[in-house]
Amino acid sequence: MVATTETIEHVKEVSGTYKYGFITDLESEKAPLGLSEDIVRFISKKKKEPEWMLEWRLKAYKKWLSMKEPDWAMVNYPKIDFQSIYFYSAPKSKPKLNSLDEVDPELLKTYEKLGIPIKEQEMLAGVAVDYVFDSVSVATTFREKLAKEGIIFCPISDAIHSHPDLVKKYIGSVIPMDDNYYAALNSAVFTDGSFVYIPKGVKCPMELSTYFRINEQNSGQFERTLIIVEDDSYVSYLEGCTAPQRDENQLHAAVVELIAMDNAQIKYSTVQNWYPGDENGKGGIYNFVTKRGNCLGNSSKISWTQVETGSAITWKYPSCILRGDNSVGEFYSVAIANNAQQADTGTKMIHIGKGTKSTIISKGISAGKAQNTYRGQVQIQKSAKGARNFTQCDSLLIGDKCGAHTIPYINQHNPTARVEHEATTSKISEDQLFYCLQRGLDTEQATSLIVNGFCKEVMKELPMEFAVEAQKLIGISLEGSVG
Amino acid sequence: MSLLEIKKAHLKLDNKQILKGISLSVNAGEVHAIMGPNGSGKSTMSYMLAGRNGYELESGDVLLNGESLIGMAADERARSGLFLAFQYPVELPGVGGIAFLREAVNSRRKHLGEKELDHLAFVKEVRKVAGEMFVKDEMLKRSVNVGFSGGEKKRFEILQMAMLKPTVSILDETDSGLDVDALKTVSDGVNSQRSDSNAIIVITHYQRLLDYIVPDYVHILSDGIIIKSGGPELAREVEKNGYAGIINAS
Repeated sequence: MVATTETIEHVKEVSGTYKYGFITDLESEKAPLGLSEDIVRFISKKKKEPEWMLEWRLKAYKKWLSMKEPDWAMVNYPKIDFQSIYFYSAPKSKPKLNSLDEVDPELLKTYEKLGIPIKEQEMLAGVAVDYVFDSVSVATTFREKLAKEGIIFCPISDAIHSHPDLVKKYIGSVIPMDDNYYAALNSAVFTDGSFVYIPKGVKCPMELSTYFRINEQNSGQFERTLIIVEDDSYVSYLEGCTAPQRDENQLHAAVVELIAMDNAQIKYSTVQNWYPGDENGKGGIYNFVTKRGNCLGNSSKISWTQVETGSAITWKYPSCILRGDNSVGEFYSVAIANNAQQADTGTKMIHIGKGTKSTIISKGISAGKAQNTYRGQVQIQKSAKGARNFTQCDSLLIGDKCGAHTIPYINQHNPTARVEHEATTSKISEDQLFYCLQRGLDTEQATSLIVNGFCKEVMKELPMEFAVEAQKLIGISLEGSVG
Repeated sequence: MSLLEIKKAHLKLDNKQILKGISLSVNAGEVHAIMGPNGSGKSTMSYMLAGRNGYELESGDVLLNGESLIGMAADERARSGLFLAFQYPVELPGVGGIAFLREAVNSRRKHLGEKELDHLAFVKEVRKVAGEMFVKDEMLKRSVNVGFSGGEKKRFEILQMAMLKPTVSILDETDSGLDVDALKTVSDGVNSQRSDSNAIIVITHYQRLLDYIVPDYVHILSDGIIIKSGGPELAREVEKNGYAGIINAS
């Protein structure tokens, strides 16, 4: 391919300078390969962002430059070359859509293959979906109905324009831009994601949902989600991720920030099914995510529920800062690692307010040659009088070449607090398998049933329509791991 | 034609000869009891018939409906109509009773070319049969065999048998761990399933189960072979003289 003059001119125009020779197909609206200050400016310009947003990004970029990639997680992968990643790509065209019928049929077909009947979901289940196709949202529905309640649910790139005060106030307030290497990277180059605002005293009438899909080859995905729930309000947010097969490793570094005020409740559920790579782990997604909720208000509650089945590498610790008195944090997790997958996931519960409570239920399943690590921190600060935590970490091993690791960190600084930790490791027993086979179930059905049983405590926390999908997913991701 | 035919079955476990040439023919409508002392090979025989890994025949053959089971996996045998009621039913934490039964029944129906039952139709059917087996609704909602009493476990086994409608059922020491009342309930459950189109093999140590499930034939298994066969009176002989008397006489 040849770098056209037009492309060079285009980048000169948006970034002011031209440092790198690059090839880009304007139709796919890709930024040049690699990362530089110019690219950050390019992304901001592309999105016609206000000056304050650009400055925030540039500040994050500068911090990122001075930071080091973390190496404490129990995962191994070749060093990421940030100069070989596209940091911005938009779908070919960005039509204004009045209905789903106008969505690219190819896109709809992919969702169908993944077992996500969009239309059914929207019409029957009443789910408002903010699709993120690559980096730019292509369809947003139900926005009007939500608007009637005063709820804002839109792409964060829109919110930057339409609700700059809210975005300015809360972005980076839970996860500071220099919180960690990947959060800093995201802050500099995030392309899109969801923004949710629930005003005082409103119970969001439907589950809000976003499906992510990574499509463009080598396109880094840097989603950014911000959810703010005011006093006495409630929202349930579903995030489902799937990606088609790719040969090149793809980096994903999302940031999700949640803020709950007095008596507010946020339920955030994720089913993650990104391409895990082939049997040797080649070609899978690298998933480095920072998710954190701030229970700012008294008696507020944030629940994270996740079913992690995909990705070559998962590095993810959805956490809660329990600042408000009597606030509650919950973390329910199922993490499956098969073949050469590596998962290092868990949570942090930071107890600051009085009478704060947290519950952690983690179910790790390892099969093939996979390594699955639970890493969790429970921190009881001096001020957290009467705080309580209960942690249960169960690991299930399938086969004898995989590994399960449980690494709890507990910091107790208040003598009135109570922290409990339970951990078990088990295998699918020969007896269990034979019992199921004797009833006519094949090995895969039996495994799926036993594993789903093992995960039940977590699965029941998922919204109904998600739970069914997740159950199927668990069966699919363990296919061929037994027998 | 017999529903089940065992032909000179030989089997080794850990290089030790356990089955030393068992032959048995079971016809439709018949109930056979296999009795024998500990270590005679009763449970090995049931695992061998069900096709458990590691219990493959060294020589001989087993035919179900005239079809050899050699090389057939445990799940295929089950779908073909072979049922084993376990001596120690296995716990499946988190797996609900109804969901488990539905998977099992639909696997069998699929094999038979019948339509799989939808959730509602299935639940209705289970409730009906469960009622007949004295299995409470509440038990079906619990995880399979988790926290069940000895009697509940065995009743649940027989409920599964009733739902799966097997051609040949093997009841492996179904009486173990049951008090008299539970024994009666479970036996009633089994008896209600006796028909001209199926066959049942009852494996037991004791005569008392056979007072409730009256067999057509009784076989005494000792050291891997059947040393004596007869009618129900043979079981009473065991009760009276113990296995030793019969073994010594043979």
